Amino acid sequence: MGLSSSHAATLPASPAPSRSRVSPWPWLARGLLFAWLGLLVVLPLGTLVVYALADGPGAFLEALGAPYAAEALVLTLWTAALTAVLNAVTGTATAWVLVRYRFPGRNLVSGLVDLPFAIPTLVAGLMIVFLFGPQTPLGTWLDTVGLPIAFAPLGIVLALQFITLPFVVRAVEPVLMDLDPAEEEAAATLGAGLLFTFWRVLLPPLLPAIAGGTLQGFARALAEFGSIVVVSGNIPGRTLTASVFIFGEVEAGRNEVATAVCLVLLVLALLLQPAARALNRLAGASHVE
Amino acid sequence: MSSSKAPSRYDWPLRRVALLLGVLAWLGLLLVVPLIAMAWHVLDLGLGQAWHEMAESGASQALWRSVWLAVLAVVVNGALGVLAAIVLVRHRFPGRRLLDWMVDLPLAVSPVMIGLAYILVFGRGGLLEPLLLGTGWKVTFAWPGLVLGTVFVTIPFTTREVGHVLRELGTTEEQAAATLGASTWKTFWKVTLPNIRHGLTYGATLTMARSLGEFGAVMVLGGAIAGKTDTATVFIYAAMESRFEAASYGMALVLAALTMALLAFLKALQPSSPEV
Repeated sequence: MGLSSSHAATLPASPAPSRSRVSPWPWLARGLLFAWLGLLVVLPLGTLVVYALADGPGAFLEALGAPYAAEALVLTLWTAALTAVLNAVTGTATAWVLVRYRFPGRNLVSGLVDLPFAIPTLVAGLMIVFLFGPQTPLGTWLDTVGLPIAFAPLGIVLALQFITLPFVVRAVEPVLMDLDPAEEEAAATLGAGLLFTFWRVLLPPLLPAIAGGTLQGFARALAEFGSIVVVSGNIPGRTLTASVFIFGEVEAGRNEVATAVCLVLLVLALLLQPAARALNRLAGASHVE
Repeated sequence: MSSSKAPSRYDWPLRRVALLLGVLAWLGLLLVVPLIAMAWHVLDLGLGQAWHEMAESGASQALWRSVWLAVLAVVVNGALGVLAAIVLVRHRFPGRRLLDWMVDLPLAVSPVMIGLAYILVFGRGGLLEPLLLGTGWKVTFAWPGLVLGTVFVTIPFTTREVGHVLRELGTTEEQAAATLGASTWKTFWKVTLPNIRHGLTYGATLTMARSLGEFGAVMVLGGAIAGKTDTATVFIYAAMESRFEAASYGMALVLAALTMALLAFLKALQPSSPEV
């Protein structure tokens, strides 16, 4: 309707809108986006996969057998998993407090939760070193207690905790807002204990959102580089994570090893992302309807 | 409902106070105390010293490079992000899911990994290197590489924010405009764009913050050549490695202040509804 006025004259003067004349613009827009994302996202990642597998699966496994490659992957996996589990608990508690409690400074606290989305991760890593580093009073004390944070796996978990803090909070908040407190109150009135109310009334509707946020945080933690590179000290076999390991291999010109480790991370990301999205959709659907 | 048994949301029994204090302590320890520690550390070294070292080692150049990269990312991803949001929310076509998935992928990919992937495509012996040789352009260890890396990591933000707004908006106003005879183009400028401007500003600000903070991709792709491919974050890292601590920490403080200002701007944008 009025999309191409040059053709309007030749058309019969019919009042019914003609649906048969298809505008080319939607197809051009889609084509442009596919070309753009294909060039920027799919082509480079595809090249990475081809490069890693070019010499067959044997060569790929051999590259993964490079010194400290497996250790780096294992370290990345367990620190990210621990971070995700901690996030599920603390993130749900934080969302609960932000939605259900009214206290002075609530808006400020809510703003603080988004801080990790803004602050560069490299700077976040530096901040943790300034607080827990070996030269600081807190760092020296932690060292004597036997719980060193800087240049230790615990520091990696702390840095990841900082980076991924908002995911669960922001996923659970909207669902919690739509949850009617009357249900919990009814359960309490009927004599249900606190734990029972939590498990049977509160947790089920929140579960998809918690799981979605947790998986998102897990995927993000697997990919983290900037904060870890300054916090962990990058000791091969002990505090060298996969991303930092890849960085070192690229610098050293060992692209075969770097791409092999990349492929493992990429496969994990490709598995986790759709799962997180499906869970988020589930959570979103339950809080819209 | 008997108010004596059911806890109202405005009562403050002991367990509520404990949970609130626990959460506040956790957030404080994780977010606030490290921030104060960093500011304290820079003040301890001396702002004058930080300023002096930063001026001597080309900090302003690196910071400007980061700002320009952020502006470029906002422009490119702003335009294509709005297009992608409209196409993803308003159109139904085969491959829509695939497009949606491609837009979100950069969130799950390590910046170091994408840096390496771009090197494999555009670098020496790379897939598209013959194409580049003809034009005389250089992508890796040069400005175009920094742009590519920064644009890649910020692809999702505008599309997601504008997409949310478009979904909630519905199509009533756009249909009304079309019924009244407005062209697609006119409908976009007069109806859609004014309606999504909040989402667009939001996405652009997130893009800006993320670009300023990008490190892994620009480090790998740029090669950290001082005075040529060092951005603000690469400067922080390089200065730390070469023991210019005051310069490194000074720049970290500048970046933290800049990105926190962007965050404050976002918070001011948000409608001040009591429930958010």
